[in-house]
Amino acid sequence: MAALAAWIPLQPPTASKIAGEVDELYYFLTAVTLFFTALIFGFIFYFMIKYRRRSEDQRAEQIHGNVLLEVVWTIIPTIICAGIFIWASYLYVRNARPPANSTEIFVIGKQWMWHIQHPEGPREIDALHIPVGQAVKLTMTSQDVIHGFFVPAFRMKKSVVPGMYNSIWFKPDKVGTFHLFCTEYCGAGHSKMIGWVYVMKPADYAAWLAGQMRDQSMAQEGRLLFNRLGCATCHVANDTGTAPSLVGIYGKPEKLRDGSTRVVDETLLRQAIIEPNSILLPHYSPIMPTFKGQVTEEQILQLMAYIKSLGAEERTSTK
Amino acid sequence: MSTAVAELPTAPSESRVNYLNASYGIKSWLLTTDHKRIALLYLVSITFMFVVGGVAATLMRIQLIEPTGAIVEPEVYNKLFSIHGIVMVFFFLVPSIPAVMGNFLIPMMIGARDVAFPKLNLLSWYLYITGSLCMLYAIAAGGVDTGWTFYPPYSSTYSHTHVIAAVTGVFIAGFSSILTGLNFIVTIHKMRAPGMTWFRMPLFLWSMYATSVIFILGTPVIAITLFLMALERLFHVGIFDPAVGGDPLLFQHLFWFYSHPAVYIMILPGMGVISELIPCFARKKIFGYKIVAYSSMAIAVLSFLVWGHHMFVTGQSIYTGLIFSVLSFAVAIPSAIKVFNWTATLYKGSISYNAPMLYALGFIGLFTMGGLTGLFLASLATDVHLNGTYFIVAHFHYIMVGGAVMAYLGGIHYWWPKITGRLYPDAWARFAALIIFVGFNLTFFPQFMLGYLGMPRRYAVYPPEFQVLNVMSSAGATILGVGYVIPLIYLIWSIKYGPIAGPNPWGATGLEWQTPSPPPTENFEEMPVVTEEPYNYPGTEVPVRG
Repeated sequence: MAALAAWIPLQPPTASKIAGEVDELYYFLTAVTLFFTALIFGFIFYFMIKYRRRSEDQRAEQIHGNVLLEVVWTIIPTIICAGIFIWASYLYVRNARPPANSTEIFVIGKQWMWHIQHPEGPREIDALHIPVGQAVKLTMTSQDVIHGFFVPAFRMKKSVVPGMYNSIWFKPDKVGTFHLFCTEYCGAGHSKMIGWVYVMKPADYAAWLAGQMRDQSMAQEGRLLFNRLGCATCHVANDTGTAPSLVGIYGKPEKLRDGSTRVVDETLLRQAIIEPNSILLPHYSPIMPTFKGQVTEEQILQLMAYIKSLGAEERTSTK
Repeated sequence: MSTAVAELPTAPSESRVNYLNASYGIKSWLLTTDHKRIALLYLVSITFMFVVGGVAATLMRIQLIEPTGAIVEPEVYNKLFSIHGIVMVFFFLVPSIPAVMGNFLIPMMIGARDVAFPKLNLLSWYLYITGSLCMLYAIAAGGVDTGWTFYPPYSSTYSHTHVIAAVTGVFIAGFSSILTGLNFIVTIHKMRAPGMTWFRMPLFLWSMYATSVIFILGTPVIAITLFLMALERLFHVGIFDPAVGGDPLLFQHLFWFYSHPAVYIMILPGMGVISELIPCFARKKIFGYKIVAYSSMAIAVLSFLVWGHHMFVTGQSIYTGLIFSVLSFAVAIPSAIKVFNWTATLYKGSISYNAPMLYALGFIGLFTMGGLTGLFLASLATDVHLNGTYFIVAHFHYIMVGGAVMAYLGGIHYWWPKITGRLYPDAWARFAALIIFVGFNLTFFPQFMLGYLGMPRRYAVYPPEFQVLNVMSSAGATILGVGYVIPLIYLIWSIKYGPIAGPNPWGATGLEWQTPSPPPTENFEEMPVVTEEPYNYPGTEVPVRG
């Protein structure tokens, strides 16, 4: 069996608790599949042999149906399906939201590479270094077409869609190197848009991070950009009526001119930079120019990191 | 079903006027309004498209023998899987059973002379041919590389291939489906012979009716969606590409709103065929006729409510995911009921194992596996891992090839004597059915394992640890390919050299067997009158219990 497993791999590596939980459901589903396949094949073969036509005048016993049987074989699959649905949904819902203490790392998919940006500043291509035992939340977007971020060892996947931010999270519990695949067809280099996730011991990770520290942090880069693009001219800390102050705005609900209320999240901030006139605030004139085509996805993430950091300063100072 | 047709002509088919020899010349075929001749036009044209799609599949399996790609560059491989998908889905599977067997059989099964709108029927074929020519042009001009799903913004902005020609082909062929669906619905409603009540209809007709409903309601949506995508590609109208103000997920919603029901366009007719074959070769009434009929309609309705399960990992909300998950489990139930009813039909039957029956039994087994593996994908937590991998590829090939193509071949073998008036060598046919069953499983079972291991689909090159399973799959595909070539040879051979079949070689019930083979142009020499339920095979009667 071991020799067979070496020749034909049967299970992907498992590097998180969730991966093990997904596997339990997977094996249960496999058991259900094997059971019912064996049941149907068994009945077919049994009937095939028992009721084979032995002579031309052998007649069948005509049975129209049986209500009780129909009810039984409707209810049993329904109960099994309901059970699987509840189990699968419980896992999915529980794992949908990242824990509050997750480290946030940013991912930009572009034809045909994975661009990873750590908040502390380091950037990587087709590689993601993370510490073991720490929940990591990835905030992902694409610069061109739809990509798919998939790490089989974490049983975790999400589309990386241009124009919006999708996030996934995982908490690796095993040190090692694991495949990272693009799972949404994205053109010529799709099958080469693969990389590695390096799960490291915390000390190794800290050393790695220190060795990569050539750049400034994302928020610092964002602040430079904020000044260079002229954002700081209007968006000053003490609101003068020209433009809203961005201090502490992240994560708060904001009432829009059309009467709706939206929470200021990544998607809203991105929209405000790219198409400012599409989200007007009640007390400000629509004078902000569009930055569409003038900032890269990476720069938008840096600006957002800076805006979020403004919020964080205020949040800590008011406490 | 006994009918008023009292005596069948005993003269050999050569000397009798039938739909094949009623007139000669290419014009008599290209301008025919006879539903049987139109069915044959479809048979020839979809077989050609099947060969085109099959060649692409063959090259794909050769490529994947080596992790670095055995024969072509990734750009070429991307075109191969796109051509394979587009041709097989839109130009083979969707028209296969409805356009060939539906056209040939619906009027005969209900005791009519033709479909309700014979000229419209011919127009449907011309639309199909025009669509196919557009697609063949796209291939000849250099191919298309978007995948059969045409996801923007890749298709609308980034691809440099012949996307417009390909979607034009799909768009035009879609109208062929819509008109065929319309024709079938009106025919079934208005042209049934005296005494042919709804619940005296063979189950094939119920499944064709359900399919036609999906044709009419679903196909316009894909036509509009592809039209909008083409508009964006040609004139940069911002609909799906966020760079010009569009929403790429909107496309996916619209695409799957058609394309999930399209899965049932492909499998429901197959279920209809199986519901004919099993009673015939078990000499038995189908178990639970009404439940099988209603489950076809239930599948048609539910199929429109589950499209979101293709989008669990696109970032749709948790609640949307939950709703689509529960609805996807719901659509599994009527399919399971059908499988149980077919199996129960064998009980206390008088079963013979001619080639069509082997295909039917193969269908039940493979469809069961295809359906059960669908549960992995309806389950949110496992779908997150398996979505976009080879698991999906294996799952839908079990349904589309293990299910729909097995049923199609079973149906072709069953009605071939009726269509041509000739028998084929049954031993060869049984051998081919076995080869196809074995080759199919060897091809696609390893792909379930590959998917669970994490190998993404649409990869021209792949990490070396996936090689063993890929080589197994390619080896299986060789066997499967041989299995498809054998029937092509003996069926063509039988047209000229096969023994004369006679009107009813299988001893089947059903109006189509109560007329000579091949049938006369007007189908019946006297209008049939139906007095009995379908599948009224002689046997010991057992009253309904329970």
